[in-house]
Amino acid sequence: MLRQIDPDVVAAFPITPSTEVPQYFSQFVANGQVRTEFVAVESEHSAMSACIGAEAAGARTMTATSSQGLALMWEMLYIAASMRLPIVMTTVNRALSAPINIHNDHSDAMGARDSGWVQIYNENNQEAYDSLIMAIRVAEHADVQLPVMICYDGFITSHSVENIMLLEDDLVKSFVGEYKPQYSLLDKEHPVSMGMFDLPAFYFEHKRQQAEAIKNAKQVLIDVQNEFAKISGRQYGLFEEYKLDDADIAIVIANSTAGTAKDTVDMLREQGVKAGLLKIRLFRPFPADEIVKALSHVKAVAVMDKAEGFSAAGGPIFVDVRSAMYGKADGIKVINYIYGLGGRDVGVYDVKRVYDHLQTIADSGQIDNLYNYLGIRE
Amino acid sequence: MPYNFKKTAQKPERFTGGHRMCAGCGAPVVVRTVLRALKTEDHAVVANATGCLEVSSSIYPYSAWKDSYIHSAFENAAATVSGAEAAYVSLKKQGKIPYDAKFIAFGGDGGTYDIGFQSLSGAMERGHDMVYVCYDNEAYMNTGIQRSSSTPKFADTTTSPAGSVIPGKLQYKKDLTKIMAAHGIPYVGQSAPMKNFRDLYEKSEKAIYTQGPAFLNVLAPCPRGWRYDTAIMMELIEIAVDTCVWPLYEVVNGEYHLSYKPKNKRPVEDWLKPQGRFKHMFIPQNRHLIDEFQAYVDKEWDNLLKLCGEK
Repeated sequence: MLRQIDPDVVAAFPITPSTEVPQYFSQFVANGQVRTEFVAVESEHSAMSACIGAEAAGARTMTATSSQGLALMWEMLYIAASMRLPIVMTTVNRALSAPINIHNDHSDAMGARDSGWVQIYNENNQEAYDSLIMAIRVAEHADVQLPVMICYDGFITSHSVENIMLLEDDLVKSFVGEYKPQYSLLDKEHPVSMGMFDLPAFYFEHKRQQAEAIKNAKQVLIDVQNEFAKISGRQYGLFEEYKLDDADIAIVIANSTAGTAKDTVDMLREQGVKAGLLKIRLFRPFPADEIVKALSHVKAVAVMDKAEGFSAAGGPIFVDVRSAMYGKADGIKVINYIYGLGGRDVGVYDVKRVYDHLQTIADSGQIDNLYNYLGIRE
Repeated sequence: MPYNFKKTAQKPERFTGGHRMCAGCGAPVVVRTVLRALKTEDHAVVANATGCLEVSSSIYPYSAWKDSYIHSAFENAAATVSGAEAAYVSLKKQGKIPYDAKFIAFGGDGGTYDIGFQSLSGAMERGHDMVYVCYDNEAYMNTGIQRSSSTPKFADTTTSPAGSVIPGKLQYKKDLTKIMAAHGIPYVGQSAPMKNFRDLYEKSEKAIYTQGPAFLNVLAPCPRGWRYDTAIMMELIEIAVDTCVWPLYEVVNGEYHLSYKPKNKRPVEDWLKPQGRFKHMFIPQNRHLIDEFQAYVDKEWDNLLKLCGEK
């Protein structure tokens, strides 16, 4: 997909499990299949810094990282977003150290959720491929002008072999189009100063503009997804509803485990249980009203987080969903499950235990445990 | 064409007045001289590490930079400008940029010797066509005079204070110029803005117009941190060079060349005495500190003469 997008600059540093992204891409560079300048930097901090310099100079710029790499970029993530630079990054989700662990959870991307990047979570390779192509359009849109992070699960998705539908090169090329930045460091006729020292007289207004830009990303994503559906036949929403219409109990979940949970829903449906699922896709900006509306008819909801927020008051997705429901969907019982940290396998029957718990809550109208850990040895 | 101060001084200013740098500060003098070495028709992209120069020259909505300017963070001016250079290479190849652009990063010693060192080393190793200019004022001046790895031994800073037991900073200054030369890049220069600015102008011109990465280390006095009378800044720079505390030399494709050899090498007291940061070295029982400082400068100078084939 990077080859098809053919960005002007890619600056990246190897880290498991995202290494293969720049690794395979550098072969395309070596074989002259892309016009990209590949900058093999000495750290992820420099990767994001070089992306900032390149994007500011008017180049369509992409990168990839995981885990510690994203953590090392942290400072520059905020700067990329606040300088309104539409960089696109694949974040192949992996647990954060310590202890060091190369397997999947979402603690890396969840740590960057307030950095000002648009975040889109993806269940499988098809969705990740499609989202990455669409991300260029969302990021560069005049109403947005913000970086976009395409998240998918390390190993489970990144290293799995799946059949996916690719678009023709020309189709991708025309869909992403030519990048025409409004400002560029390389525009000799219009020199610009970027990253200025911003004092209290202006800083607040600049943050307000940035907040408006990420708010705009929602409608822009809807429009881009509709346009993408016309060329691909694949229609995406702000989130995915799976058998949610008539559900009594539902879980809210992001990335690959949503696929597993859909199997659980099917199994429960066969048993006559009205189970449903809401899969998070656009997480930043958070489509709060739409999610509340989609859940408004259920009796009990479990929000599942593959990241421990250490707030002692629930994981990050739980906090957002529950806060969105407050005052708008009162009476619905909402609980939190932390699951799969450090790559702990979660299967169909693990997810079933969550639905069983929800059924008990729905039946009794009482929440026994608000915060839960799935399959933990206590 | 031989260097002509009058003519070069008449080139259009690329770093304008109205910035908020202190009177008697060396940094803007360095910046003006370096940028003056650009061909008038060339576009420049300047990256700046966080520091005095950055906060004083780019206060929104004002900018002292006539060229394109970018600041992103403290430790990454080299990586940031390397990305802009990569963009230029890519877009130029695609026929989208019809003119020549040059890439220059400015950082203080904190942003260069310390926190920005990895980013600098990486960018130099990758071979971008860029110049990194360190304006070296030998401490973290922007945050209020804290010691850096560039601070000379015995200097009194707020984090290496001269006390009744410890006489200022205990470590020698890191020799960054030689470390950058060890990267095997095509051009490294150590310079200072002095007299008719010839040394810095010519080294800047070489650095900017040598294909590939180049590094300039330029002494830039700080009146707040060094505690000298602002009126003597230019004189102080000459003393640094004439005492051999800050020798002028360049390393071209690995070969060391001495740019200036003082006729009369002055004693280090001439350098230390006008600066408040070395005041404690002049109380009688601290005479050995001055002797040690002198011995160190002599040894380093001797090494440099050997490297330059002057001895």
